[in-house]
Amino acid sequence: MILFFLSGGLFLGWSLGANDAANIFGTAVGTKMVKFRTAAIVASIFIVLGAVISGAGASHTLGKLGAINAIGGAFVVALSAAFTVFWMTRLHLPVSTSQAVVGAIVGWNFFSHTKTDYNSLLKIISTWVFSPILAALFAALLYVILKKLFQMWKLSIFRLDVYTRIALVLVGAFGAYALGANNIANVMGVFVPVSPFPEISIGNLFTISSVQQLFFLGAIAISIGVFTYSHKVMKTVGSGVVKLTPQSALVVVLAESLVLFLFASTSLRDFLISHNLPSIPLVPVSSSQLVIGAVIGIGIIQGGRNIQFKTLGKIASGWVTTPLIAALITFIALFFMKNTFNVEVYKENHNLARNNVEIIQSTPKLQEY
Amino acid sequence: MIFKKTKSLEEKFHKFLNLTNETALVFLEGVKCYLEKNQEEFQHYLTLITKQEKEADSIRREIETVLYEKTLLPETRGDIFDLLEDLDDVINQTEETLLEFSIEIPDIPEKYNEHFLKLTEFAVNAINQVVKASRKFVQEPTNVEHNIHKVYFWEKEADRQSEKLKRAVFRDDSIEKLSKKFHLRYFALHIDMLADKSEDVADKLSIYAIKRSI
Repeated sequence: MILFFLSGGLFLGWSLGANDAANIFGTAVGTKMVKFRTAAIVASIFIVLGAVISGAGASHTLGKLGAINAIGGAFVVALSAAFTVFWMTRLHLPVSTSQAVVGAIVGWNFFSHTKTDYNSLLKIISTWVFSPILAALFAALLYVILKKLFQMWKLSIFRLDVYTRIALVLVGAFGAYALGANNIANVMGVFVPVSPFPEISIGNLFTISSVQQLFFLGAIAISIGVFTYSHKVMKTVGSGVVKLTPQSALVVVLAESLVLFLFASTSLRDFLISHNLPSIPLVPVSSSQLVIGAVIGIGIIQGGRNIQFKTLGKIASGWVTTPLIAALITFIALFFMKNTFNVEVYKENHNLARNNVEIIQSTPKLQEY
Repeated sequence: MIFKKTKSLEEKFHKFLNLTNETALVFLEGVKCYLEKNQEEFQHYLTLITKQEKEADSIRREIETVLYEKTLLPETRGDIFDLLEDLDDVINQTEETLLEFSIEIPDIPEKYNEHFLKLTEFAVNAINQVVKASRKFVQEPTNVEHNIHKVYFWEKEADRQSEKLKRAVFRDDSIEKLSKKFHLRYFALHIDMLADKSEDVADKLSIYAIKRSI
């Protein structure tokens, strides 16, 4: 039964692996610089590591937005978000898993008469706007640096090919780690307060927390998505929509990975806070939108060619439509689940925010909160 | 593993360029011997150039197979493939022209020796410069312009020399037969064609470089 309830999140995980791995290895595989097998193995390993080691930060912010306190509710939220992504993709509408999950959580808040933490919501929405801009800035900067380095090193075409291949795998590994760390919150974040797994201690060496087990399961679902379906998406990315040279792809993936990591790393956030610098909210962001931001960043550096303002408009419209649709679907689905199937989708007597924070804080990885 | 494959590919590519250079030099020596009526030496250079042409063909095929089988240089291999084919065409042209000398045995009056020699030197200079440009292309793709200009210079010089030679031949009353004049023009044309082919390669190299500067 637990697995059935988790299936909503696992499906989201599968779809994330199928689609978003292409944001990391798409051009490398599409242009045949890296074999799909290599890309899939590296992506899977590092997504799992990122999710289990650094996945807690972004999940914490989602938890603050809405602490779903019944596994039935978490199931509906995850499934509704997955359905929104699936349905909007089929209608060729711009969609992001992160935005669908946020909308679905707010939908649950409305249904369960829970007060939405508007501070967290505002923080999350501002990152949707800010993250592609940051990716564009990083990409522009990295592009200039890399171009200068290439001019300085005077690499032959043959050597450039070898180094680019190696760099694409290394940067891809970092990208996969950052994707796992940042986006596991979308997949399993809503299940954190209701995680059914008991803590596992292995001798006195280390303990695997309930949340880490949950994230591990989610990451496995992402990896299955990578192996089963992402090849098709990668081939499309590499040969169609946005055509990039392997060197530009390297810049795009590095910029995207850095932004994903910035919005997921608790250590970096703590470092900024300890130095009295403005901290970065740990929020799951859309890797697809980061890629578009990075490509635009390179476009601006190259003289503003190839910038499609229509695409930018579409992304901005997605910031509004995706959460609204997801919230609506979740609300309707929760209604049916509660009244037709008599499933407990929320607990009546609760102090949601406190409950959620307590559960998250009980995990060793989050003790510092 | 990938380092080894790429190193071997790079070595083969440079070996092919060396062969292109050498065939041009052998061609020059062959023409010199023909004009000096040194049959024995001419035959030696003809045998050598035929051997070199075959070797170049085999290296080109090896490079092309490795490029496609091992999916190396996926972004550049199309251009490398075309470059090799075009340079091979230049090698074939040198071998064929020298072979034509041995088959048709054109009767070149001694006063035109200097003209033919100059024309051959200019054509060979164009080939040498295009080989340098090709080498530059794989080392610094965006910096081939300097060598390309030199190819264009020697191609123009070859054209000028070829025209001068043809004008002189067709105005020469000491050559009575029109067929003989045609024969001399034919050889001037074929030698000049070597410079033209080099210019074609240079044009393509220029486009390959622009593609990489974007």
